[in-house]
Amino acid sequence: MTECAKAIKISGADIVTVAVRRVNITNRKKPLLMDYIDPKKITYLPNTAGCFNSNEALRTLRLAREIGGWKLVKLEVLGDKKNLFPEMIETLKSTEILTKEGFKVMVYCNDDPLMAKRLENAGASAIMPLAAPIGSGLGILNKINIQIIRNQTKLPLIIDAGLGQASDATIAMELGCDGVLVNTAIAKAKKPFKMAEAFKNAVIAGRQSFLSGRIEKKLMGSASSPKKGII
Amino acid sequence: MKKKIKIKINGKINKIDDKTKLSDLVKNLKVPLKKVAIELNKEIVDKKNLNKINLKVNDKIEIVHFIGGG
Repeated sequence: MTECAKAIKISGADIVTVAVRRVNITNRKKPLLMDYIDPKKITYLPNTAGCFNSNEALRTLRLAREIGGWKLVKLEVLGDKKNLFPEMIETLKSTEILTKEGFKVMVYCNDDPLMAKRLENAGASAIMPLAAPIGSGLGILNKINIQIIRNQTKLPLIIDAGLGQASDATIAMELGCDGVLVNTAIAKAKKPFKMAEAFKNAVIAGRQSFLSGRIEKKLMGSASSPKKGII
Repeated sequence: MKKKIKIKINGKINKIDDKTKLSDLVKNLKVPLKKVAIELNKEIVDKKNLNKINLKVNDKIEIVHFIGGG
């Protein structure tokens, strides 16, 4: 747990996702997450990782709100135990219900612009498309879709799941995303603290690059030195 | 001697005195109330009302908190 807290600090993360689980009632001496990571310093984002239908997800987030009064939550409803892709029909249904109950819902979704639009219309607070399957480390598989989603929405756009290395985060930010959600790529790297730092730098680099306005892509070469005064 | 009843706490069967108050149960379990949520038979319990609830046979209680993970 101390390692996790250290990695979060090094990465410069603003938000950390948390899961709702049973308290160990037989051993009360086990430390709690809140003893390590101060919810006043870093935003806790309760999430429904591991839920496979709307009812489970709703139950989890209602409990989360009861624990700490958090209204900002991450919704994730999975549809398949092997590929862990989101079940978008259940996700959309849950988004509608949670929004009506006053939650601010950040939604894990596939990289489909039409579905992203429907989530936005249902009241989502942030769109969180996957780069690739959770934990796969494949990086952003469909950059065009992410760009289309970026162009159609003003909501925060955060790449969730599938990043494998720091440069993947740079690409996400260069596409105009507002952030990335990373777990496995850091936690399972050979040197997690180094990788946490790499991701921090990658996000900053990508954002600066995006804001700087990249040059046009051309098919042919164009000399960078002036021709005048050539000998 | 008080009558004992069986209830489930976090999936495990426990024997407690009949009509134990939910507030006394969580006190005995040393649960840090501010950091948990409590569900009784799949309904969330308002923590202000714990002392108004008398537990009965076959009640199912879930006491949950946050762990890291996403």
